[in-house]
Amino acid sequence: MCEECRELVDPKEVKLEEVFAKYKNSKGALIPILQEAQEIYGYLPEHVLKLISQATRLPVAKIYGVATFYAQFRLTPIGRNVISMCLGTACHVRGGAKVLEAIEKEAQVKDGQTSEDGRFTLEIVNCIGACGLAPVISINSNVHGKLVAEQIPEILAQYE
Amino acid sequence: MSVEGKKQVFICAGTGCVSSGADKVVKKLEEEVKRQNLEDKIQLIPTGCRGFCEQGPTLVVEPSKKFYRQVQPEDIPEIVEKELGKGESIEKFFYVDPNTDQIVNSYEDICFFSKQTRISLHNCGFIDPTKIEDYLERGGYEGLKKALSMDPEKIIEEVKSSGLRGRGGAGFSTGLKWSLCKATPSDKKYVICNADEGDPGAFMDRGLLEGDPHSIIEGMLIGAYAIGADEGYVYVRAEYPLAIENLQIAIKQAEEKNLLGKNILGSDFSFKLHISAGAGAFVCGEETALMASIEGERGMPRVRPPFPAQKGLWGKPTNINNVETWSNIPHILRNGAEWYAQYGTEKSKGTKIFALTGKVNNTGLVEVPMGMTLREIIFEIGGGIQGGNKFKDVQIGGPSGGCLPEEMLDLAVDYETLTEAGAMVGSGGLVIMDETTCMVDIAKFFVNFSQAESCGKCTPCREGNKRMWEMLERITKGEGELEDLDKLEQLALTIKETSLCGLGQNAPNPVLATLKYFRDEFVEHIEDKKCRAGACQDLLTYRIDPDKCKRCSICARNCPVNCITGDKNTPYVIDEEACIKCGACMERCKFDAVLLV
Ligand SMILES: Cc1cc2nc3c(=O)[nH]c(=O)nc-3n(C[C@H](O)[C@H](O)[C@H](O)COP(=O)(O)O)c2cc1C
Ligand code: FES
Repeated sequence: MCEECRELVDPKEVKLEEVFAKYKNSKGALIPILQEAQEIYGYLPEHVLKLISQATRLPVAKIYGVATFYAQFRLTPIGRNVISMCLGTACHVRGGAKVLEAIEKEAQVKDGQTSEDGRFTLEIVNCIGACGLAPVISINSNVHGKLVAEQIPEILAQYE
Repeated sequence: MSVEGKKQVFICAGTGCVSSGADKVVKKLEEEVKRQNLEDKIQLIPTGCRGFCEQGPTLVVEPSKKFYRQVQPEDIPEIVEKELGKGESIEKFFYVDPNTDQIVNSYEDICFFSKQTRISLHNCGFIDPTKIEDYLERGGYEGLKKALSMDPEKIIEEVKSSGLRGRGGAGFSTGLKWSLCKATPSDKKYVICNADEGDPGAFMDRGLLEGDPHSIIEGMLIGAYAIGADEGYVYVRAEYPLAIENLQIAIKQAEEKNLLGKNILGSDFSFKLHISAGAGAFVCGEETALMASIEGERGMPRVRPPFPAQKGLWGKPTNINNVETWSNIPHILRNGAEWYAQYGTEKSKGTKIFALTGKVNNTGLVEVPMGMTLREIIFEIGGGIQGGNKFKDVQIGGPSGGCLPEEMLDLAVDYETLTEAGAMVGSGGLVIMDETTCMVDIAKFFVNFSQAESCGKCTPCREGNKRMWEMLERITKGEGELEDLDKLEQLALTIKETSLCGLGQNAPNPVLATLKYFRDEFVEHIEDKKCRAGACQDLLTYRIDPDKCKRCSICARNCPVNCITGDKNTPYVIDEEACIKCGACMERCKFDAVLLV
């Protein structure tokens, strides 16, 4: 590819093509493709669903059906930091609701939303398997445990 | 792993301890051992979860067996100098028994560990899960070697007579399941490991995958050889990144040692193992939904029969077992069925891992023989209730299980006993609750979980659970009527009978169990509009105790609706009509003068 052309190519799309190539001959690869596409784009934009449709020869409707079935897939853009607040049983019993309140207040977001400044996306999840340290949250996969509401401002301050 | 004359330090680096700072502890230990010139004398071994999450990060020093807990990076210089350098104990890091106030320095003497029988968890906390050598040194892959020299029928007989039953919930005989799959003629068969672990409050599968991934691979290899399968999948939930990573490493190492791949260990048995990452759907733990998910479909369960043993993944006969089930297999092969069957009760053999969480002192993972009483597990191993509060109930088996009150604590834990009592062993999650938990709220919590996770395919589960939730919501708001309780019970039984899969069939269990054991609390919510646990916001009234009120006015200043009045001379009063029950006054009051009644 010449230099001029290189500039015209979307680097994310190049990566996506690599994903398609990797799963070209695998059975049932739709979910891993969606996962890796989301890894590249942060979410699943409509045009990406169409590209996946072309590559896998599956109807867009079917891909949309799968993407909306699983909680992991997002169809809207996310913030720079993703807060997963656990409200599973152990976290519920140990006062997760109070921690959630503190997060909503501090980060100015509600479940499933992204703050206006694009700094935080908040999602409520059912269990991240750190129940021994309930209540817990995970921010960009870093787990913070044994929380009390007062710690939230300090913890969120670590994430720009 | 072990090197003569060296002191070994095992650092728990499972997800729980990492969130408590274990990564930093490991780094600091490395630096400090180097700085104090102890590299020849000390070996550092980061391990998977040892189970005692409450006390993390934890260190175990061998051979002295000393157990250091709640260790932070800043403590490391002192620990390296005294304990590792001079062999001096540092008492302040030792565990204090909450029941006796005694300081205990060896992990073997801590009730949390001493009462356990660790078979599945044999290696967790004692090996570096990213090193196959560690696993091999503790007898790893011996079970496979033995299996490869046996007739497949004999292996299945051995598993049958061990009495092992599925640890994923239903408790079906593992040997019998294998024999059904073996009996189906086909050119292609699969084995699957169910690591979807969706029950909130259970994390034993994660502990095993992170801490001892090879035991699961070995178990699957033995199963595949016995059944005649040559390909397998581990379906891991996406929320477990460290488990996926450790499993990937383990698979690669096993391939390099010809323990996976073609003609394993020179035999004509070949086996390929894949990892399939889940995408966040509780129902995918159900076996037929799980297979649909591996195939790239929406994870919706289908009617059985045909069972997976007849028609499973891509239409081929498939055997699916839970993580913990698989992890028992190598031990059964290595030590024999009789050895395994010595543990447990008549119908429930062996050991089971439980996840202790909630309002209990020692949260974590514990493995005990089947048949131990709940009281022993919660009060001896678990060290009793946090803050000296009173035990109220224990939720067993998650959203599909039920809760049991104090008078049931002497039940021996096995499949039949718990099911009879209205709960179930399920995955083995034990969430302990005290007086501050409201049972109506808990029933509502579980129904909310199930209705949100319902895949929507069958009506009783999709609509019925929603309606149950609405009824419970009304009761917690003080708008319920006594007839609601009978309606609730009727609806619950209908959903149980008519739902397509285990999700719907079991979703009403928490409602039925709470109604059975805590009916008076429901009645109290309805008739007296009262929540004794103080959990149902709408039923609470805030009041100020005039004797405790110091008239500082902080409550009035923080009340968002200005419904608190008073002045320097008269104690403050809340206008109950105007109060929105936000609790701001209570939070701010420094003198505990605001009460919930
Ligand atoms: C809604 C639902 C969720 C389930 N979730 C799990 C799970 O997370 N892990 C698991 O091993 N089994 C789960 N099961 C049970 C599986 O369907 C299946 O019985 C089990 O994997 C069989 O393995 P076992 O015989 O070793 O227990 C679930 C069942 C239902 C109905
Ligand atoms: S319930 Fe919150 S981490 Fe498991």
